[in-house]
Amino acid sequence: MLKIKNLEAGYGKLRVLKRISMHVDTGEIVTIIGANGAGKTTLLYTIAGIIKASAGDIQLLGNPINQTKPEKIVAAGCSLVPEGRQVFSTLTVRQNLILGGYVQYKKNKVNTDAELQHIYDIFPVMQQRENQLAGTLSGGEQQMLAMGRALMAKPKLIMLDEPSTGLAPLIVKNIFEIIGKLRNAGNTVLLIEQNAKAALAIADRGYVLETGKFILQGPSEDLLVNRDVQRAYLGREVAV
Amino acid sequence: MTSQLFIQYLFAGITYGSIYAIVAIGFNIIYNTTGIINFAQGEFVMLGGMIAISLHTILPLPLAIGLAVITTMIIGALIEIIFIRWLKNPSVLRMIIITIGLSILIREAALHIWGEGVRSLPYFNGNEISTIRIMGTNISPQVLWVIGVCAVIVALLSLFFKFTSLGQEMRACAANRLAATLCGISTKNMVTLSFMLSAGIGALAGCVVSPITYTQYDGGTPLAIKGFTVAVLGGLGNSMAAVIAGLLLGIIESFSVSVVPLAFQDAISIAILLTILFVRPHGLFGSKEAAGLKEF
Ligand SMILES: Nc1ncnc2c1ncn2[C@@H]1O[C@H](COP(=O)(O)OP(=O)(O)OP(=O)(O)O)[C@@H](O)[C@H]1O
Ligand SMILES: [Mg+2]
Repeated sequence: MLKIKNLEAGYGKLRVLKRISMHVDTGEIVTIIGANGAGKTTLLYTIAGIIKASAGDIQLLGNPINQTKPEKIVAAGCSLVPEGRQVFSTLTVRQNLILGGYVQYKKNKVNTDAELQHIYDIFPVMQQRENQLAGTLSGGEQQMLAMGRALMAKPKLIMLDEPSTGLAPLIVKNIFEIIGKLRNAGNTVLLIEQNAKAALAIADRGYVLETGKFILQGPSEDLLVNRDVQRAYLGREVAV
Repeated sequence: MTSQLFIQYLFAGITYGSIYAIVAIGFNIIYNTTGIINFAQGEFVMLGGMIAISLHTILPLPLAIGLAVITTMIIGALIEIIFIRWLKNPSVLRMIIITIGLSILIREAALHIWGEGVRSLPYFNGNEISTIRIMGTNISPQVLWVIGVCAVIVALLSLFFKFTSLGQEMRACAANRLAATLCGISTKNMVTLSFMLSAGIGALAGCVVSPITYTQYDGGTPLAIKGFTVAVLGGLGNSMAAVIAGLLLGIIESFSVSVVPLAFQDAISIAILLTILFVRPHGLFGSKEAAGLKEF
């Protein structure tokens, strides 16, 4: 699905990602955990084409996308649910979702109503709020809207940037359940989380990012019992 | 003041106010998609009038106006594509300076093409002395053309933004550029489109008002100042408020003639602009929070 090799990217002279390599296979949930400022968001922006890589390769479904425009990457089947939700606050929930289906609409010239209903089935609360302005939704609802909007594009790979930030535990649980369902429905998920425990519990594999480099990687079970991970990201005291 | 005079001032105010509102909406459309003030907005009005006048020497009036609007839209698109599109993460200040440069460039080009002379389109119905009686006063039919066309522009624009897919994409781009990009919308194309729209409505306004105010190569600048005043008065980015603010400024200006000499008319709008910038920089109708979110 996604293959990254020796990727370097940053902002101006600031190099944030330092020769990163990773891959996500079809049908997997892969998580990337790391402290604030490690470069997680930068990595997702680079994959999404918002930031241009200064070196290295990114392949989506076998096609190189380093030089592809962000809107073309969405059309190619890779959607990002950005950090901080970024809903269209001056538009209604329904309008937000329809805009999410823009690439599908452009491709097939058919209405996205069926897809819209599909999203409402996943997030029933969105149907209740259909005509409410997105800016007036609660944080949890905005997160669901942002996810629903990304799903409207029928992505093959969906990337989520810290979906649980700032949400109550019950809502977090709900969001993670939905991520699990997405995988069961055949989606591939790249998940970024501060909440390492919940992320590793749901993911098949994980990567640990520290100051722009992967210091660890492997199956989630292995990472969950890894001493360094436990100390740094699971807040557990480990007897030495 | 007699009631006849009152109504005449009122209509004059609404006429000019409608034009100011259209120029302000032009500012707002571009501001909403890019965050910049396009200071060449007044030049679009001048270009529309000038091109229509030239075309009218060989073409019937409606065709000349239609072609002038289309030509100005193409010029608007070219300006964006040549001078703005290729900039990588340009600062707001840099883009504003570019548009100021462009307005000077267009003005000088117009001076070379059309000279210094004052020109005008003919009255759409009748001539300068034909009148219609409204509320006991004689009003030029062209006044009704200006008000009517401006009202239609405003109505069509709001339908466009509410109900068309393209309009929704432009609103998405204004609400959140990053999110619009992540929905697969080409924000660059939306910016080009916003320049075309602004150029088009400016040009059309320039055509209908030409018989009344005449058209001259440097006629765009004062209009841009008035339009900018109105846009700020209504709260930048808010087009419906711009309509109200435009009519308000037009009417204030027109009644001011009975109090202060005509020469001070322009000073009044500048005074209003400065007062608003000092007292309510987020506009009469805008909220402080909304204004805080913008880039200025
Ligand atoms: N627009 C920007 N311009 C310059 N530097 C930036 C920009 N965005 C992020 N950075 C820097 O890049 C580094 C990585 O940031 P990034 O947002 O990728 O971290 P993160 O892992 O997502 O952190 P968090 O968990 O807090 O979201 C940080 O040092 C940050 O200061
Ligand atoms: Mg981040």
